[in-house]
Amino acid sequence: MKYVDEYRSAPLVKGVIEEIRRTVTRPWTLMEICGGQTHAIVRHGIDQLLPPEIELVHGPGCPVCVTPLELIDKALEIASQPNVIFCSYGDMLRVPGSSRDLFSVKAQGGDVRVVYSPLDAVALAEKNPGKQVVFFAIGFETTAPPNVMSVLHAQRLGLTNYSILVSHVRVPPAIKAILSSPENRVQAFLLAGHVSAVMGYHEYPPLLEEFQIPMVVTGFEPLDIVQGILKAVQLLESGRIEIANAYQRAVTFEGLRPAQESIRQVFMECDRKWRGIGTIPMSGWCLRPEFDLFNAEKRFDVGTISTQESSLCIAGQILQGLKRPHDCPAFGRECKTESPLGATMVSSEGACAAYYKYGRQFQSMISTN
Amino acid sequence: MTEAVLNIEGAVCAPPLTHNEQIVMGHGAGGRMSHQLIQKAFLSAFENPALGAGDDAARLESGFHESLAISTDCHVVFPLFFPGGDIGRLAVCGTVNDVAMLGATPLYLTAGFILEEGLPMETLQRVVASMKAAAGEAGVQIVAGDTKVVQRGKADGLYITTAGVGVIVPNLTIGGAQAKPGDMILLSGSIGDHGIAVLDARGELGFQSTVESDVAPLNHLIDAMLNASKRLHVMRDPTRGGLATTLNEIATQSNVGILLKEETIPVRREVAAACEMLGFDPLYIANEGKLVAIVAREDAEAVLRAMRATRYGEEAVVIGEVTAEPPGRVLVRTTLGSTRIVDMLAGEMLPRIC
Repeated sequence: MKYVDEYRSAPLVKGVIEEIRRTVTRPWTLMEICGGQTHAIVRHGIDQLLPPEIELVHGPGCPVCVTPLELIDKALEIASQPNVIFCSYGDMLRVPGSSRDLFSVKAQGGDVRVVYSPLDAVALAEKNPGKQVVFFAIGFETTAPPNVMSVLHAQRLGLTNYSILVSHVRVPPAIKAILSSPENRVQAFLLAGHVSAVMGYHEYPPLLEEFQIPMVVTGFEPLDIVQGILKAVQLLESGRIEIANAYQRAVTFEGLRPAQESIRQVFMECDRKWRGIGTIPMSGWCLRPEFDLFNAEKRFDVGTISTQESSLCIAGQILQGLKRPHDCPAFGRECKTESPLGATMVSSEGACAAYYKYGRQFQSMISTN
Repeated sequence: MTEAVLNIEGAVCAPPLTHNEQIVMGHGAGGRMSHQLIQKAFLSAFENPALGAGDDAARLESGFHESLAISTDCHVVFPLFFPGGDIGRLAVCGTVNDVAMLGATPLYLTAGFILEEGLPMETLQRVVASMKAAAGEAGVQIVAGDTKVVQRGKADGLYITTAGVGVIVPNLTIGGAQAKPGDMILLSGSIGDHGIAVLDARGELGFQSTVESDVAPLNHLIDAMLNASKRLHVMRDPTRGGLATTLNEIATQSNVGILLKEETIPVRREVAAACEMLGFDPLYIANEGKLVAIVAREDAEAVLRAMRATRYGEEAVVIGEVTAEPPGRVLVRTTLGSTRIVDMLAGEMLPRIC
């Protein structure tokens, strides 16, 4: 496939890995921010091919994983109400709330639909004027433009039966939170390519200055990832504190200005709770008050919902890169993709799901082959 | 922005949801949840050796020279018509293939129809004509049937259940438990066509593709394979749950390992592109006209030649081999030379967020 196969070319990827091997002189710990990158790394076995000096730890960039339980409970409550069509990206259906998930709500008669775009949900609202259509607007900066576009589009259409349940999070405050932790051991970041395509990377220089740590904007195909790693190792080995762009075919320094303007028009920064991590100040986006009409939390009475969480799961530490999935005693035993304990196991971008799906609980079997 | 300080909450996970209380869609996806449902609800209740063998069809001793193969299959596809096929062709081919996978010659089918009030007669006629054509192509007769009508809203237009019977020549023991270390794994053609064609027909892709379902009767292909080798060990059609799930079933039944070479598994460009956009893995997408065969190494070349000489096996390839270790697991050697484990589909296949 054009523009995909080229970036999966084995000789090219191996060439870059060889270059990494030649460049590295001592151990380095890198964090890839995005869950999509984690999956690509594990799926293609890139971590198996890297020299042992390089340790990849997996970041909090899985939007499904970090959506707080409380918000999932609110989603379940809204989706259970009669006369509601609840629309969501597919991944969210499997995330357990306190006692059930969206699959269960659907099985009990709730009208829960998987959509590929929030604009599909707006179209449903247009087609069903007698129903309330709610879209579960989760994600990082990548999904923010379509989500705000859906609100602007619904406003333009004069729809009064469309709203979004917002749980938006942003990458820069998460990086700042990780770097501020006394337990941090990340020495360089591979920045998320899709987030950067929207936002550019002009938000990062202050973080570079404050924490003296190099960052590399990195894509998702094997060649993109190993090039991002190579660039990070080059910066680390030469002691340069810089931000490099190893995903130039998609990302510019400024990013997509019209998308950023639309986001600012509809969203404002707010404190946001991250599942497993806690509240990170000003780390999320919420609807501006002038868009209250489209705010599902205001339209439905779900303000009083609060939540108990289980004690087995270490998803929080995994999301911060402090632990890896197979460090968890529940991994692959009590916690599997078909009966997930934590969100990192649920989402197709979650680090635990990546490890489980690609068999890292059987690591010893792989190494004998 | 105020100073961001990490506050680790510790306990973060909700209790596991196993969906033991009620049926959810994942129970019908053909993956691990389906297996658990069958184990719990049916196998324990109906326990007998033919059922317990866990193949697509049951093998029964007839009391005569030949054995019997019997299978049944329900069809609830939406929409009823999709590029490359329809529910009628699917209902005939699905059962013909399940019977044929034991090496049986399928002879007779029965068909049960659940019709929804208001279904246009013309739709039913088109479906029946398609069944007639598929049965003719497969060389089977539809010899008995039943019809029920349910109220509008109680069915999706039309459901069809077919059952099939075939005969197995003596001394032929093909089944999921027969794979042996050293055997070669053959695949009759590209994977994922059916699943993507149906998604496209539902208008759920948000883009149009040219992919057609591969739905086809494979019994003539199997005849050619049986003529080429007496050492065919396993045949199975990778339907719901896809190739990954089917190979996991075989690895478990035979207690062997399976090692695939990623670059040898054929996926059409359109299917690969649709999967890239939706976040699906072709290894988990349904096929309705493909088979995977596990064959003694020394016969693999002859079987492959025989497959390629038939209409539905022209693109047949070797995709891997059976190993002794690790038992019950499917591994794939990536194009980069690393190895990963390919698990069974868990529940429903979900498109990813971004």
